[in-house]
Amino acid sequence: MPLSIFDVAGPIMVGPSSSHTAGACKIGQIARALFRGTPKKAKFYLYGSFATVYQGHATDKALLAGVMKMWTSDPNLKNSFEIAKKKGIEFHFIPITHHTEHHPNTVRIILEKGKHKLSVVGSSIGGGNVKITHINNVPLDLDMVAGRFFSIIIGHDNKPDVLKPLLKKLREWHCPISETQTFAVGGTHAVSMMNLEGISLKLPQVLELEKTESIQFVRALTKLPT
Amino acid sequence: MEYQFLNCAELLALCHKHKQPISQIAIRREMEFFRKTKTWVRNKMKGVRNTMWEAIQKGLQNANKSQYGLTGGDAKKIYAGLGKMDKMFHSKVAIRAMAYAVATTEQNARMGRIVAFPTAGGSGTIPGVLFSTAQHMKSSKRRMLNALFTAAAIGIAVIKHGGTFSAARAGCQAEVGLATAMAAAGLTEMRGGTPEQCVNAAALALKNMLGLACDPLGGLVEVPCVKRNAFGVTHAIAASDLSMLGVKSFVPMDEVVEAMMNIASRMNEGIRETALGGLAITATGLKVREKMGLKPMPKRYLEWKKK
Repeated sequence: MPLSIFDVAGPIMVGPSSSHTAGACKIGQIARALFRGTPKKAKFYLYGSFATVYQGHATDKALLAGVMKMWTSDPNLKNSFEIAKKKGIEFHFIPITHHTEHHPNTVRIILEKGKHKLSVVGSSIGGGNVKITHINNVPLDLDMVAGRFFSIIIGHDNKPDVLKPLLKKLREWHCPISETQTFAVGGTHAVSMMNLEGISLKLPQVLELEKTESIQFVRALTKLPT
Repeated sequence: MEYQFLNCAELLALCHKHKQPISQIAIRREMEFFRKTKTWVRNKMKGVRNTMWEAIQKGLQNANKSQYGLTGGDAKKIYAGLGKMDKMFHSKVAIRAMAYAVATTEQNARMGRIVAFPTAGGSGTIPGVLFSTAQHMKSSKRRMLNALFTAAAIGIAVIKHGGTFSAARAGCQAEVGLATAMAAAGLTEMRGGTPEQCVNAAALALKNMLGLACDPLGGLVEVPCVKRNAFGVTHAIAASDLSMLGVKSFVPMDEVVEAMMNIASRMNEGIRETALGGLAITATGLKVREKMGLKPMPKRYLEWKKK
């Protein structure tokens, strides 16, 4: 993807650090989007520099804010602990310092609600760019940018042209798609990620997309059915 | 790709070919690459400008300290200096620009909303310079917007020429240093300079920021980042003044960027955003570390003193 002037003049975000705050919030949003609804319990295992400097850069608050579907530019992000307590979400941060397997800024998020459980591993690779490396211990490789795009995640069958009707619908709604990535999970399933620019989908639209054939789920990163 | 440019020399060639200032080339590049209308690109930049102005306003009114109490309240003090200009040696523009820059970075340290232009650590310099000088020259909003486009275009040329904005790779010269260069170019265009003068101002500004280490206390984006933005502002204004007076940078901008990356490759890892060297391991820096509850500094980083 070519470099945009808004990669230089941006993103619009809440401080203090683009990789430790904005990127962390984005990883939280992705985990929440894949989870469906508000979790009762959230555990964050922090690796590398996330483990050593997370308090100073508010990485913990940003991660939790992401799990509660806040935007990276939401000024309420610094109050995320109180908001989580009000919502009755239990949260734990576990720094793991003696681990060298992952990128320096990595977090493993485990969300739980009753029997429903999800784990996501993501790395913040600088300037608000994040990478998702595992979903439920299935390795994959998705890149995302914090603050600039509105992203949707689509789970679908691993067949060619599955996304065509969906793309057609998005075109009808005049949603500009700036990037699409697909990653095969196992043999039969695939996960795709789309970045929409300058527009966000409303809940009925997301639900309508989900009705398309051979598509298992569609998740919009910040506006989700709760 | 007609408006493609990979370094500052190509950017200047494009400006000559189309007889347009740098900002227009940047807008046309964005329109061509992402198939957007001019209005869309300008509106998006207006959003950036408004967020910057909001951050400045909030930062000037808010005198609270940051979470660990390292910074906060200085913007208000500097802004109050505008009331006693007879006792100051800097011009009103420079004092106000410093106040704006510190206001933005303090707002960043306090977890307020800012634009990471180019990064969160160097976010104060560009709004500081451009808003203060625009108020002084009574520039129209359109010229102010164009200055932002010019600054962003210089940033793109630097990245495409092999530069970086990451302090983890190149130290503070890549954050505040490049922000200063971009601000100098934007300011020069706003005051009516030619494209050559803009790039020349950027080269002058960046040359003087080469070799700057990133050594924040406790790894927090607060000390020395906040005040470094204030000094970056005066640098940018000085570089723009020199360029408008006809002073030429002997080394062209592209070569200065190469020099920056050469210095980056020779920089010790301890002074590249790891908080293991420089100011971070002074007695004060170690106290901050203790206060934050971080692990004590590994001994091998403190051994240099004994030699």
